Amino acid sequence: MKYQPVIGLEVHVQLKTNTKIFCGCSTQFGSEPNSQTCPVCLGLPGALPVLNEKVVDYAIRAGLATPCQIAPRSVFARKNYFYPDLPKGYQISQYELPICEHGHLDIEVDGVGKRIGITRIHMEEDAGKLVHSDIPGLGSGSGVDLNRACTPLLEIVSEPDIRTADEAVAYLKKLHQIVVYLGICDGNMEEGSFRCDANVSVMPVGSDKFGTRTETKNVNSFRFVKQAIEHEIERQIEVIEEGGKIVQETRLFDPDSGTTRSMRGKEDAHDYRYFPDPDLVPLVISQDWVEATRQGMPELPEVKLARYQSELGLSLYDAEVLTATRPLAAYYEGGLAAGAQPKAAANWVMGEVTRGLNDNGLEIADCPVAPALLAELLALIDKGTISNKIAKTVFDEMWQNGGNPADIVAAKGLVQVSDTGEIEKIIDEIMAANMGQVEEFRGGKEKVFGFFVGQVMRASKGKANPGVVNDLLLAKLKG
Amino acid sequence: MELFDLTIHELHAKLKTKEISSVEATKACLQRIEATDERVNAFITVTADSALQAAAAADSRIARGEMDLLTGIPLALKDIFLTKGIRTTCASKILADFTPPYDATSWGRLQQRGAVLLGKLNQDEFAMGSSCESSAFGATRNPWNLECIPGGSSGGSAAAIAAQQAIATLGTDTGGSIRQPASHCGCVGLKPTYGRVSRYGVIAYASSLDQVGPMTRDVRDAAIMLGAIAGHDPLDSTSVDCAVPDYTAGLQGDLKGVKIGLPKEYYIDGLDPDVKSAMDRAIATYRALGAEFVDISLPNTDYAVACYYLIATAEASSNLARYDGVRFGHRAADAKSLAEMYRQTRAEGFGTEVKRRIMIGTYALSSGYYDAYYIKAQKVRTLIMQDFLKAFESVDVILTPVAPTPAFKVGEKTADPLQMYLSDIFTIPVNLAGTCAMSIPAGSSAAGLPIGLQLIGKPFGEAEIIRAAYAFEQATEWHRQKAQL
Repeated sequence: MKYQPVIGLEVHVQLKTNTKIFCGCSTQFGSEPNSQTCPVCLGLPGALPVLNEKVVDYAIRAGLATPCQIAPRSVFARKNYFYPDLPKGYQISQYELPICEHGHLDIEVDGVGKRIGITRIHMEEDAGKLVHSDIPGLGSGSGVDLNRACTPLLEIVSEPDIRTADEAVAYLKKLHQIVVYLGICDGNMEEGSFRCDANVSVMPVGSDKFGTRTETKNVNSFRFVKQAIEHEIERQIEVIEEGGKIVQETRLFDPDSGTTRSMRGKEDAHDYRYFPDPDLVPLVISQDWVEATRQGMPELPEVKLARYQSELGLSLYDAEVLTATRPLAAYYEGGLAAGAQPKAAANWVMGEVTRGLNDNGLEIADCPVAPALLAELLALIDKGTISNKIAKTVFDEMWQNGGNPADIVAAKGLVQVSDTGEIEKIIDEIMAANMGQVEEFRGGKEKVFGFFVGQVMRASKGKANPGVVNDLLLAKLKG
Repeated sequence: MELFDLTIHELHAKLKTKEISSVEATKACLQRIEATDERVNAFITVTADSALQAAAAADSRIARGEMDLLTGIPLALKDIFLTKGIRTTCASKILADFTPPYDATSWGRLQQRGAVLLGKLNQDEFAMGSSCESSAFGATRNPWNLECIPGGSSGGSAAAIAAQQAIATLGTDTGGSIRQPASHCGCVGLKPTYGRVSRYGVIAYASSLDQVGPMTRDVRDAAIMLGAIAGHDPLDSTSVDCAVPDYTAGLQGDLKGVKIGLPKEYYIDGLDPDVKSAMDRAIATYRALGAEFVDISLPNTDYAVACYYLIATAEASSNLARYDGVRFGHRAADAKSLAEMYRQTRAEGFGTEVKRRIMIGTYALSSGYYDAYYIKAQKVRTLIMQDFLKAFESVDVILTPVAPTPAFKVGEKTADPLQMYLSDIFTIPVNLAGTCAMSIPAGSSAAGLPIGLQLIGKPFGEAEIIRAAYAFEQATEWHRQKAQL
């Protein structure tokens, strides 16, 4: 029997607000344990949550980018369970009335497009974390660090529309790109800013009745998602083939073995006793708020991709590379804004600029050559002041020591020679010194033309205008 | 008249003319506490040293001419209000050694005006009770008759006024916890509209019902106290941003043409005869003052107690989850696992009534029961709210008894929780409706125990009930009666 996997994803996106969702504490990562806490995020008696409006802005952005309906009224709810990293004994989340619903994301795998439904997006607070290693003053006990408690999260829940691990990865990459583009998440998967739980089931091909699903938690890289899902599909098929039944359970991904193992079964599942949080009033979002947020949103990667092709005439490939991240696109667009031609700028950004970044392990934001200066350099090529080849030398100089391209060209005497008299003189000298090759050319061996071009360029120290050299050389060689 | 027996406005006048100092008044109160509290047990913690320091600071503030109505006035707080650096127990073993790092907003506002804190007052554990018997620090006794309960949960707050230990106090009211003890102890108790006073720094029992309010010797004092603590607090999302009127300014208005509603569901056959005759006399007094009476109906009153015990307990079951032994408060010794630590800590730390309510609330929120209990109760709550709004279309104020009986004996109802719950039958609907009400002294039982009347106002209509209360107080002598200790 053949099996059809059915996959749904729950993604937790940590929002990069400066302060927590229900108090004014900093959200900075990696500080001294419990140094970023207050009565609210410590869950002290009497403390009350106050909603950070920035979190709502960010949730609206995410909702608009994955075209969801933004609820004019949504409600925070308490999810009740006991755990030492959960200071209040409940997590403030949204349950029956989330802020966003009914969205979708379009993905592409091997050239085939597909729409994945987004069930809902809701806001919630993160928990703290437990530290089990030796703690100064505590010895071998466990410690609770509540710096992360009350950090804002979005939970983005997909419909069970995903059918393969590759689709899952494509969905996650697309979602990751969007939230980073929107500036609402730093996208750092190692620090847990973007983490995924995968719901997986299998059913016989042709069936329309989903099998029993398992939820695999703690999958924090694209590679692990693929591994975890593929393993879980295989495992479930194996169980069924052997006559067993899949049990509804929560499983944990183990990155070391690439497998999943049972964490808790359905019988241990919590009854979270959700109910509306009486400490927070219902969140009312006006159409004006939504519109103001929409106005403040950056152009989304999908729209950019289309525009780069239709308006700038770039190939699909070039457009994809340049829109991959928002800073790279911003760099490229910075060049265009300074007057660079789209195609030339694309070639340079994808060529010299990217090479320089890779060689030096830099991010585009740290690129030592500002986009406006790159545009100036391209303008010099355009005007024929320097050749493309010389431009690379100038670019290297700009990368190493800064400065603007016109000054470097002047200082180093790199101005291209287009003066026909001067070039003719060089050609005559080269031809006189290489009469043998001249004869060969004239005898029909046209390949030696390249030799002459090379000699002339070398003699001009690369400054001769290659177009002029070609024309003159051809005329003279042909006699 | 003794210093400890003055009202806020009387003491203020004496402080202003420098006839006496805040230190003298504070010392008088501390001595009175010393002399009486062994019998009354109104205080869990007395902060004599810091009180005297605060009084001295108030005196220098008065000397500088920077005086407020509350500057130098010795007050006490129910032990549910967080006080920075001062132990705050909520009358529970689980918080017996808890010293908070911050102040409740309401106390902060009083402190800013130079009020002096005498100490922290006894209550039912986590404000769950109507008799002040469920405290882990022993029951508080009614100063009018030490064999009787003072009412609850703010029993200490009422008893401290009746025992002349503090000039005024703060309590909290979730289902009657200010009004019922005020009635039983012969003082004024005001439960403001939900959202009128910040709940920040007040230990939560039932968040959608809890409200802070003053307990005082007379109506003017209640107006002064409410004016000081009311107003929006950016730290409490449920506090409402609407202007705070000068509640003392409207005291004098007359009651001509004021329409007072008498809900038939509150004047029931089982009403204690002393309470009934107090109500009859009160109606006659109001009629003489020019008020008009209108018979009204609040048809869903019967469901209020059941509705309350689902909503309040549901919220409480979640609010009290934080007392888990992990970060603060009591932690069981020698637990072998995390689950055991949780179980033992809570088993040891909470009293019977608190456990009972956590269990009821957990049940009401459980999967499969949520719709039948919690959601149904919310719907009933909406109906009760509508009852009041409809009634207020035809009346300005509603007049009812506060409690069906005067104070009962200590131990009389502890074995029967349902009987205990019914003592809040007339006060609970107001919390469910979210509106305001107050209790003022209006009579005395054959056994000499005080009896209060309840004035219920429109949402944010505190000024109106304060005016009606003040007119009654001016026309009667009940508020002048003193408990003899």
